[in-house]
Amino acid sequence: MKIEIIGSGIVGLSCASFFAEKNCGVTIISSSNGPDENCCSWWAGGMLAPWCEMESAEPLIGELGQESMRFWQKFTSSYQNKGTLVVATSRDLPDLKRFGRRTKNWQQVKQDQIATLEPDLADRFTTGLYYPEEAHFDPRQVLPELVNHLKNKGVKFCPNTSFSKQVLDAPTKADHRIDCRGLAAQDHLKELRGVKGEMLLIKSNEINLSRPVRLLHPRIPLYIVPRDNGLFMVGATMIENESRSGATVRSVLELLSAAYALHPAFGEAEIIEIGVDARPAFPDNLPRIIHKEKTTYLNGMYRHGYLAAPAMAKRLVEQVLGLSTTTKQSNEPAVSTGNI
Amino acid sequence: MTIKLYDDEITSRFLIGTALYPSPAIMLEAIKASRAEIVTVSLRRESGSEQAGQNFWSFIKDSGAKVLPNTAGCKSVKEAVTTAHMAREIFETPWVKLEVIGEDDSLQPDVFGLVEAARILTEDGFQVFPYTTEDLVVAEKLITAGCEILMPWGAPIGSGRGLNNIYGLRSLRAHFPDIPLIVDAGIGLPSHAAAAMELGYDAVLLNTAVAKAGDPVLMAKAFALAIQSGQQCYQADPIEKRDMAAPSTPVAGLPFWNQDHA
Repeated sequence: MKIEIIGSGIVGLSCASFFAEKNCGVTIISSSNGPDENCCSWWAGGMLAPWCEMESAEPLIGELGQESMRFWQKFTSSYQNKGTLVVATSRDLPDLKRFGRRTKNWQQVKQDQIATLEPDLADRFTTGLYYPEEAHFDPRQVLPELVNHLKNKGVKFCPNTSFSKQVLDAPTKADHRIDCRGLAAQDHLKELRGVKGEMLLIKSNEINLSRPVRLLHPRIPLYIVPRDNGLFMVGATMIENESRSGATVRSVLELLSAAYALHPAFGEAEIIEIGVDARPAFPDNLPRIIHKEKTTYLNGMYRHGYLAAPAMAKRLVEQVLGLSTTTKQSNEPAVSTGNI
Repeated sequence: MTIKLYDDEITSRFLIGTALYPSPAIMLEAIKASRAEIVTVSLRRESGSEQAGQNFWSFIKDSGAKVLPNTAGCKSVKEAVTTAHMAREIFETPWVKLEVIGEDDSLQPDVFGLVEAARILTEDGFQVFPYTTEDLVVAEKLITAGCEILMPWGAPIGSGRGLNNIYGLRSLRAHFPDIPLIVDAGIGLPSHAAAAMELGYDAVLLNTAVAKAGDPVLMAKAFALAIQSGQQCYQADPIEKRDMAAPSTPVAGLPFWNQDHA
């Protein structure tokens, strides 16, 4: 079976991986030069935190997340199984209490245990929550790794290909087309909206963190994900706005002051990058598979691209190849037919 | 029973905010469950130069509620006035919930800037809903500036502490019996909202307590019930508290009602 995938972000690449596994002939067409700064996946934190996300996400995300984690663990060498640490300043301890109540699979850690987990945060926080089964990786290592893996599997890439709505409306020469364009698919998926996110990449040799740390705050929740060579990803704002450029001074100030509150040494860090993009989301902020004739859409990953894409891609491939035997699963709300 | 907010008659005494929900779908359900007729919308963060927030605003318009745009996060008179103008263009309403924030952490209103901005906006044809403290003098100045509604805080925004100064809120009600008064901010529990209504307040405006609840839709229902309950309590004229600890010595053999004359 010949499959044409449009979009080379994490969703397109995940779908390609599962189709290739089923011996389909896969071609990935993208307007960008492969996975780069033109797609959301480039800007992601790379936290695999299905338990922490349950603070505000639907249970479906937790299920998809745990399944996707198993995929990533087998797939990438950069997978780091070090858990997540969640802390709050003494004033925001009610938020930590609430966070614990809303989530599972954590251990309460006191000052000395925080010091053992993250020596550089010793004496800064009296209490926290530790999610031992969570993991993280660097999306900018994972994306090229995934591309190489797919190339070895015989997947063809057609980068830098521009396509208009007319081209997309015309019948495909392949047996089936998978549309994974993210927010660009707004021309076909009317309910899709963008949620602006701003992130920073900073560099500091004064601090070491082994795992993602979340600092709770009623208005400016923050996470910091350590990467190689003293780099830290600081994220991320969530603004109901579709603009894909222009980080505001306010957002950058808020992110930086939250980082500074986590550890004052971040005050001396070098700002390497300020990134902005808009996450594609449906009104319920859950991903959807939508079948329409010979095209299937997978979209609406919101802030859960790496967490949900492999699990959703697996479901999509089963549905497209007619392999799906059960329909009444917990993932059912995520699948709709022709409803666009 | 309706209240008159400028030119509009409103039945529901629950005004609900549209920020911080897990998703727009849940927000819409919560608005529906609250039976609110008015929703507040923060413009500043969502705006951007290309009006890139249109998609989110269309959800709010879909709710069918009247939109009360707010100037959340504005820290100067100029910012607040500019944001109000933007809101009037986008939502085609003269209403504006005026916030001028004086302190970043507690989000306490800057009442000096608030009075100034209220005067400028009223002169420009806006109908201003000022987010203020329970201070009587500030309230008087806001009314002089043209405000026909006052929205004192219960407690700092998002704190969930309830009514911090019941005495102050009661004084405000007593001083301005004919001005619609809406408790805005600081409410955490339905009982807080009921307490505000029992004081004779005309309505309650809240956001975080519903949006950040584990089940926002259920919490919206709980608040709707509490607000209605408090309102009916005030209308029904509750009994006065009685000090049962006042000294009185029952005398055996005498009926209780005759004790004073024994």
